[in-house]
Amino acid sequence: MVPLNWYIILSAIMFSIGVVGFLARRNLIIMFISIELMLNSVNISLVAYSHYLQSLRGQILVFFIITVAAAEAAIGLAIIIAFYKNNPTIKVDEINLLKG
Amino acid sequence: MSTAQFFFGYFAVMLTGLSVLVVTRKDPIHSVLWMLVLFVHIAGLYLFLNAEFLAAVQIIVYAGAILVLFLFVIMLLNLRNEERVKKFQTQWPLGAGAGALLAIFLCLIVGKVIVLAPLGRYSEDAVNGDGNLMAIGKILYTEYLFPFEVASLVLLVAIIGAVVLAKRRLE
Repeated sequence: MVPLNWYIILSAIMFSIGVVGFLARRNLIIMFISIELMLNSVNISLVAYSHYLQSLRGQILVFFIITVAAAEAAIGLAIIIAFYKNNPTIKVDEINLLKG
Repeated sequence: MSTAQFFFGYFAVMLTGLSVLVVTRKDPIHSVLWMLVLFVHIAGLYLFLNAEFLAAVQIIVYAGAILVLFLFVIMLLNLRNEERVKKFQTQWPLGAGAGALLAIFLCLIVGKVIVLAPLGRYSEDAVNGDGNLMAIGKILYTEYLFPFEVASLVLLVAIIGAVVLAKRRLE
């Protein structure tokens, strides 16, 4: 039997790797992929809790998280395309229109 | 070490290594393809936790829809000349340090988690009676009917928003 803690620690490590990817990379698309990575790590912990508590609520929650992740990816990529048409770069340190 | 622990160890090592590969590859295409392998492994972990429906949804929605969307956008943007520049921001040590600190704190907090909540009624045997899909469907269409309808609204807004944002200006 695998203890519940192992799943939660795995989820925490994956989430942290996603955070590092989001903070350190320059490529906007890889930052979006890091967000998906973080959402997936949270899903793992929810499914693990759902299994160990013998309740299906965690799995329902994962279902809704996947819905929101799909919506977020579609909107985010549309924003990237809209931005790229005006200003052909996806390097985040060159996207500084709000800098003043 | 039992068989279950061995399989968990395989999934843990693969998921951690693949996550590192996803965030460190230079070419976004490579990143997305490693993400595909990562999603397949996550689906395997869901099967391991008796969540068959979510394993199928993980493959169909994430690997089948979201990653293909990412690949299409990378193809449309035509990023060949962007790949030769440095891939990390100048403040990347700060980001890596913040991530490492977060990992240490999270592991310290959840490393000794004790679950005191009473067990629910969906034990492994109860769910296996008529299947994981039927159990989830029964809850989703009764107890969570309103959030389910709201989720359809979220998807509708996402469709309209994506079309409006990405279309060309009509003169």
